[in-house]
Amino acid sequence: MRPDLTLIHRWVPEGAQVLDLACGDGTLLDALARDKGVTGYGLEIDPDGITACLERGVNVIEQDLDQGLANFDDDACDLVIMTQALQALRRPDRMLDEMLRVASEAIITFPNFAYWRHRLYLGFKGFMPVSRSLPYAWYDTPNIHLSTFNDFERLCTDKGLVITDRAVGRGDHESHWSSRLWPNLFGEIAIFRVGRGEARRHG
Amino acid sequence: MPETLPADSVGLVTPQQARFDEPLPLACGKTLPAYELVYETYGELNAERSNAVLICHALSGHHHAAGYHSPDDRKPGWWDAHIGPGKAIDTDRFFVVSLNNLGGCHGSTGPCHINPETGRLWGPEFPVMTVGDWVDSQVRLADRLGIERFAAVVGGSLGGMQVLQWAMRYPERIANAVVIAATPRLTAQNIAFNEVARQAIRSDPDFHGGWYAAHDTVPRRGLKLARMVGHITYLSEHSMGAKFGRDLRSDELNFGYDVEFQVESYLRYQGDAFSTAFDANTYLLMTKALDYFDPAADHQGDLAAALAPASCRFLVVSFSTDWRFTPERSRELVDALMRARKPVSYAAIDSPHGHDAFLLPDQRYGAVFGGFMKRVARDLGLEERH
Repeated sequence: MRPDLTLIHRWVPEGAQVLDLACGDGTLLDALARDKGVTGYGLEIDPDGITACLERGVNVIEQDLDQGLANFDDDACDLVIMTQALQALRRPDRMLDEMLRVASEAIITFPNFAYWRHRLYLGFKGFMPVSRSLPYAWYDTPNIHLSTFNDFERLCTDKGLVITDRAVGRGDHESHWSSRLWPNLFGEIAIFRVGRGEARRHG
Repeated sequence: MPETLPADSVGLVTPQQARFDEPLPLACGKTLPAYELVYETYGELNAERSNAVLICHALSGHHHAAGYHSPDDRKPGWWDAHIGPGKAIDTDRFFVVSLNNLGGCHGSTGPCHINPETGRLWGPEFPVMTVGDWVDSQVRLADRLGIERFAAVVGGSLGGMQVLQWAMRYPERIANAVVIAATPRLTAQNIAFNEVARQAIRSDPDFHGGWYAAHDTVPRRGLKLARMVGHITYLSEHSMGAKFGRDLRSDELNFGYDVEFQVESYLRYQGDAFSTAFDANTYLLMTKALDYFDPAADHQGDLAAALAPASCRFLVVSFSTDWRFTPERSRELVDALMRARKPVSYAAIDSPHGHDAFLLPDQRYGAVFGGFMKRVARDLGLEERH
């Protein structure tokens, strides 16, 4: 399993009702169902991903995330997960609102644009970074809203959301002290666990 | 039939008949004293009787879903694209049961049979059937075949409604539900099209209030018109355009009302063929069954509440250009299933073929349908039979 998924797997509580946005081939939901009795649905638009989910027995719904989550009630589930998809959405900020309307907690991962290799790439080569976590050229990338650890934290603060956990994944410095101290510089993949703020919780 | 049988065909099949003498109470308040169901089976029922799949047919469908009745048959059964060795419903793994519904005109008890109480044809006196009535009769067929629980109940269009009814009314008897190109209820527009079809039939002078057989005639013009209207709703604007465009039968306009455009010729041909092959009273009652289906109605319009008793896994499939039962109707069903926290998967297949797409082969449709059925087989521990 991808390192960011392994970490998320640890964070998800037993028996949770989960919505996995852009669930891919259903690896995470499948593992969560088997290991932790988690139930829920994956949303996906990639035909191969959907077929893989069906063969695995993962509940998958063909749904375009850019159309929002209007078909889900408030508090429809316990937890919403979105791995490596926020940066590809038209309005990540609105999706964040939607995620925390549908559940009280969300886990989000995305490529950290401020990762030191990306900085070096852009700083010295002068080209848009191409890396393991950002494997596309600027013209064909689905990643239209790249951001950094710091950007995401600021967005959460602006929205009054509470960051309950954060981690980095899949970098050379994954478990190194440097990425824990300076995740914005040494974390290749940003992993956040976010909850509703006070106002939301009581409103 | 092709000269040599394709390897993925179920081959030659023979319909079977089952007679039921226990009266069947119907939604309309009447009771069918006794009845016969005609059905076909493909594949073999395993020792545990756990590998049975029930096929529910649509408006003009019947029991002959796959294979050939004789080597002279020009075409195989109506769902041959998806039933057979190695196909989505893999007959190397599953035992498939496909029947003709009550009220039909392909062998099961219906308007063309004798009403034992009057000694004459049922004709228009055959009770109006509901989806629920059909499912009740299908359960008895399952009992007869010794099938306690279907591995899957599968159907497209009106067949999909029967699948939903199974899931809600007999949750313990169905492990998986496959609902294709269907809807949890008709829209006003759907009912309107059905009413045009019914009026076409009923206003034909040869209809005689449904007693046309006694007058030794058939309301051919009415049936033809009904089918022409229906057929338009089965195709998409795109598929009709691609097939016929504005092509003319001859090179020039002839300023008259005979067939000029190819599409006119096609519709007339389809209508004519149908009018000699299908029974008018059956067509009327099948459209009524469609109109009446609305499981949410008994739950203040709450479809999720209606679906609450279901305990099977669902697969819902829609087609992008289906304007008869649009993808939005399938979404409505999927959203209700998710609200009811039922295990459900949904695929929206991109297809140019309109409602008819559910009958046709298509790579992605096959992958989705086959992928789900593969998982069904694996969960039941069904190994390929060789």
